[in-house]
Amino acid sequence: MERTGTAAPREAASEPGGPGGRRPFRGIGSGGAPAGGSATDFVQRHGALVVLVAVLAGAALAFDGFLGVGNLNHIAVGAAFPAIIALGMTFVIITGGIDLSVGTVFGLAGVLAAWASQYGSLAALALPLSVCALIGMLNGVLIARARLAPFIVTLATMLGAWGLMLAVSDEGTETYVIPDGLALTPLVQDRFLGIGYPVFAVLALFAAGGILLRRTGWGQQVYAVGGNEDAAALMGVPVARTKIAAYTLSGLLAGLAGALNAVWLGSGVTIFGIGIELDAISAVVIGGTLLVGGYGFVSGSLVGVLLLESIQHIINAISGLTSAYQQVVSGAFLIAVVLAQNYLSRRKRPG
Amino acid sequence: MTAAAAQDGAGAVGPILRTRGLTKRFPGVLALDGVDFDLSPGEVHALVGENGAGKSTLIKVLTGVHAPDSGEVRYRGAPVRFETPLRAQQAGISTIYQEVNLIPLLSVARNLFLGREPRRLGLIDFGRMHRDAARILHDYGVEVDVTRPLDRLSMGARQMVALARAVVADARVVIMDEPTSSLEPREVETLFSVIGGLRERGITVVYVSHRLDELYRICDRVTVLRDGRVVHTGAMAGLERLRLISLMLGREMAQVERQGATTFGGAHEQRAAEPVLVAEGLDAHRRLHGVSLAIHPGEVLGLGGLLGSGRTETARAIAGALPLRSGRVAVAGVPLRRRSAAAAIRAGISMLPEDRKGEGIVPELSVRENIALAAMPRLARFGLVSERRIDRVVEVFVERLRIKCAGTRQKVAELSGGNQQKVLLARWLALNPKVLLLDEPTRGIDVGAKAEVQRLVDELAAEGLGVMLISSDLEELIEGADRVVVLKDGAVVGELSGGEVSEGALMQAIARAGRAGAGGDAGADREVEP
Repeated sequence: MERTGTAAPREAASEPGGPGGRRPFRGIGSGGAPAGGSATDFVQRHGALVVLVAVLAGAALAFDGFLGVGNLNHIAVGAAFPAIIALGMTFVIITGGIDLSVGTVFGLAGVLAAWASQYGSLAALALPLSVCALIGMLNGVLIARARLAPFIVTLATMLGAWGLMLAVSDEGTETYVIPDGLALTPLVQDRFLGIGYPVFAVLALFAAGGILLRRTGWGQQVYAVGGNEDAAALMGVPVARTKIAAYTLSGLLAGLAGALNAVWLGSGVTIFGIGIELDAISAVVIGGTLLVGGYGFVSGSLVGVLLLESIQHIINAISGLTSAYQQVVSGAFLIAVVLAQNYLSRRKRPG
Repeated sequence: MTAAAAQDGAGAVGPILRTRGLTKRFPGVLALDGVDFDLSPGEVHALVGENGAGKSTLIKVLTGVHAPDSGEVRYRGAPVRFETPLRAQQAGISTIYQEVNLIPLLSVARNLFLGREPRRLGLIDFGRMHRDAARILHDYGVEVDVTRPLDRLSMGARQMVALARAVVADARVVIMDEPTSSLEPREVETLFSVIGGLRERGITVVYVSHRLDELYRICDRVTVLRDGRVVHTGAMAGLERLRLISLMLGREMAQVERQGATTFGGAHEQRAAEPVLVAEGLDAHRRLHGVSLAIHPGEVLGLGGLLGSGRTETARAIAGALPLRSGRVAVAGVPLRRRSAAAAIRAGISMLPEDRKGEGIVPELSVRENIALAAMPRLARFGLVSERRIDRVVEVFVERLRIKCAGTRQKVAELSGGNQQKVLLARWLALNPKVLLLDEPTRGIDVGAKAEVQRLVDELAAEGLGVMLISSDLEELIEGADRVVVLKDGAVVGELSGGEVSEGALMQAIARAGRAGAGGDAGADREVEP
C-alpha cells in the first residue's frame, strides 16, 4: 500500500471522555484509493443505467414508435416477471451465494397456481408461494447449516423442482387453465395509464426490497455475511439465519413471479422458466452487484432486467435478425460488464 | 469499577480476569501447562514468548476459540467458560486480530455499528449513525469520510476502527495481537495514545508483540510464556531488556549479550568483483523511477526506506512479478530476456514475499508439498517425479533450517509463523538460487525463529549467494546488511556501505531524502495509487 504520509501531524482537539491527546491519521481516508474514486463508484453504481438510457435513446432514433406507451409497456411487462426473480437473486448474491433453482421453481409455481386456481384466488397464490418458500428454505438450510456449496444445493433443488412440476402436470401433458372470472386475473392483466399492473407491483416490490436491504438491520447483515463471513460471525451476525432468510426470500419471490406469470398467461405453461435463473443472475451482475458478494443494490438489478429485455426487443425489431441473437448480445454484454467490474475493482483495491 | 469485580473481595485492584492452572493439550503437544495469568483493570499487559510458547493458545482459550482441558478462568470474579468467540465478545473480551476482522466492502460507519445501528421508526437512522461514527472515530485519530467502504482505509486506520468497535461494544478486555506489524511509525504513535486513553477508562489491554521497544514504552506489566508455562510475570519497568530476552529464549544472559540482539555475524567477504545481479533503470508506472542496483555474490544488500518507498516493488520487479515500463535485469552477466516470474526463477532469482499467507504458503498442503512445489519441475525426470527424490530434498531442508514439525506430511497451516517462513525459505532454496530476495523475512515471527532466520541469511551469504534484504526493523537491516541502498518515492536516494552502515546514518539518509519529498498536508491526501 502506497502512502505518502510525509506531512507533519496535525493536533486533534481531544474530547473529554475519549482516549486523550492523539493525533489523527492523516489522509488515510484515501489510503490506496485512486484519485478518481468517485468516478469508479459512479460507473459501478450507475453504469447499467447509463447504458440503458443510451440503448433506449438509440432505439428511439432507429425505430419509429419504440418509445410509445404500447411498446414501453410491452418491454416493462415482459421484464416484470424476471425482475421479481432478480430481486430475490440480488439478496442471495450479496450474501456471496447463488440460486440456480429459481428457474424451475418459477415454472413449478406457475403450474401449481394454475392448478390451485380452481379453488380461488387465495389458493392460487398461497399454494405456490408456500411451496416455493419451502424450497428456498431448504436451499438455505442445506447451504448455511450443512455448509454445502450453494451451486450444488440449488442445482439439486432445480432438478427437484423440475421433477415436482412434471409430476403435478402429469409429465407435462396436462396444462391447467386459469378459470374465467378468477378475482386475481384483472389485478394482473389490467392496465393503469396504459401500463400493466405487474409493472406497478414490481416497482412496489423493489422499493420494499431496497428499504429491506439498505435500511434494516437484516439488510446490513446480508452485506456483512457476503463481505466477510468469519468477521460477520465474530461481530455477532447470525450468519446461518441470514443466509436461510435470503434463500427463502429468493424462493418466495420466484414463486410469486411464477404464479403471477401463470395468471397473466391464463394457464400454467410447463416449459416456462427454463434458463430464466441465468437471465436473473446476468441482470443482477449487470446491475453492479458483485458476484463474490458483499456489495450490490436492488435498483441495479431492475435496470439490468430492463436492459436485457430492451436488447431483446431491439433485436426483434431489426428485421432479418432472428431472436436467437438476443442471447449472443446478452452474453457479450455480460462479459463486458464483468470485465469492467474486474478492471474497476482492481483499480480500487490498494496493492 | 464494576460491581462484579468489587464482589470479588479484592476491591478496585482485584483482577478482572484470572486463570488458575489452565491446561490445554493438542495431539503431541502440551500447549498450556498450568498457566496462572492475572489481568488488572486498566493495565496494559504484555504477553510475550517465542512461537510455540503458548501465547496464541492462551488467547484462544480466553476468547472461547478453544476449551481448556483443565483449569479455571474467572472473569469479573465469576468462573466462566465461553463457548464461542462471540460469547466472549458479548461478555466484554474482544480480540483485535492481526488480519483485522472487519468487512472490507461495508462503509466505515456500518462496520463500526453493525448489529447496534441507531434506529428511527425501526429503520436505520443513517444520519445519526454517520455523525456518531465520525465523532467516535475522531477520538481515535481517524479523520475519514465514514460513508466510504472500509477497504479505502490504511491498515492502521482499519485497526482503529476495530478497536473503536470493541470499545463501542463495551469491551472490558481488549487483546491486541501484533497490532503494529503493519503500521507506520506515525500510526504507531496514534495507537499508543489510544491505548493510553483506554487505560484511563479502565479498559485492560493485552498487548502481544515481538517488538521490545514497544513493550517498554506502553506496557505496565509483562507475562512471559515459554513451552506453555509462565516463566515470569511482573512489572515491565525495571526488567532489563537482556533479562527479558533470556527469559523468552530460555538462554543465559551472557550468551545473549555475546550474540547481540540479532544473530547476524560480521561483514561478509565478497568473493568476486562481478555482481551476481544487476538491475538497471527499473521503471514501473508511478511506482519505480529508474532504480538501479547491483548485488555481489556473498553480499547482503539491504534496502532501506519508509513504507511505500518502493522497496517491495523493487524486489517484485527484479523477480519478474511487477510489469515494467523499462529496465534491465541481468543475473551473472546474462540479461533476462523475458519479463516473467518463471523466467526470473529459471535465471536463479528467488523471492520470499512479504505477505507469506497471501503469496507464499499453501496452508492446506503439507510441509513436504510446500517445499517441493517450486522445485517440482527440476526434480522431475521425463515429466515424472520420484517420491524418493522429493523426500530426500525435503528432509535435507527440514533438517538444515530446523523446521519444527510433527513430520513432513503435517499441514503447513498447523505450523507456527516462524516455521512457515522457514518452509517458504526452503522452497526457494530447493531451487538452488543465485540471488535471494527477502522481503520482511522476520516480520511477525518470534524472537527465536527470527534469530534462526537471521543466522540462516548469514550462512547463505557466506556460501556465496547474493542476498537482498528488506526489513522495517532497522536493527536487523544494519546488522544484517553489508551495504544499504536507500529508496524514497520509488527512486534510489542514497547508499551506505561498510562502516557507514549505522542506525544514525540510515535515518539521516532517509530524512535527507524525505525533505525533498515532503509535500505538506495536501501531499498526504493526494494518494498515489499503487
